Amino acid sequence: MADITFWFISALTIVSAIFVVASKSLLYSAYSLLVTFLGVTALYVFLWADFLAVVQVVVYVGGILVLIIFGIMLTNKISSVNISHTSVQKRVGAIVVVCFLGALCFVMTNTPWVQLPNAEPLDTTRSIGRLLMIDYLLPFEAASFLLLGALIGATTLSRKDD
Amino acid sequence: MENLSNYLIISSILFSLGLFGVVTRRNGVAVLMGVELILNAANLNFLAFARFGGMNMSGHVYALFVIVLAAAEAAVALAIIINIFNNFNTINIDDVSEMKL
Repeated sequence: MADITFWFISALTIVSAIFVVASKSLLYSAYSLLVTFLGVTALYVFLWADFLAVVQVVVYVGGILVLIIFGIMLTNKISSVNISHTSVQKRVGAIVVVCFLGALCFVMTNTPWVQLPNAEPLDTTRSIGRLLMIDYLLPFEAASFLLLGALIGATTLSRKDD
Repeated sequence: MENLSNYLIISSILFSLGLFGVVTRRNGVAVLMGVELILNAANLNFLAFARFGGMNMSGHVYALFVIVLAAAEAAVALAIIINIFNNFNTINIDDVSEMKL
């Protein structure tokens, strides 16, 4: 049962990702990006990363996707009903990407990865908090400065200067 | 699902699709969507290695940092795209090849 669910979710994620990059309508791309994010969230749950799954839903679906849809709405005139967009050099891009994917899959499947067998699901929130406050304190502070900078920068950039 | 290479192949496919979007799309917002797909693929890799490396929590912390960076990047990139739209009246990034108006 879990296997069937896993393959179903993987297929859903990949098919909706194909829609994201191939759909003619920009809004359909954004909505299938929603399905992709939710599928990746489910894969996080399969990987026992429950805290990251919740963060993914809150930040990606609740924040970034809303920002992207705002971007689509603000950069198209309301009168133009047909919010479409085109692609260039599809064939060359597809050839390059398929070659790249083949190389990547070859490396991924042929490398003898060391898998530690006796892993147990554990209390992820507690361990992440401990690591953030002890081992990764400096990157944590740097990330907070980065977010502050991005906040100020985004408001300054998108302000209308009269 | 109890196998590392399944997750690696799924994330490779997601990465390649994101790369295809970045390379072929002309709309700035669509390029941004491709970048988000690539970041999600990288996160999936981090978490897969964390899970099959004996539940090593450092992978989770790195994935958290990637999500933070993605949020900051999306906000700034959309501000830039809206600015480009106001100045050039297009977001076709092939048409915006110079910095000045």
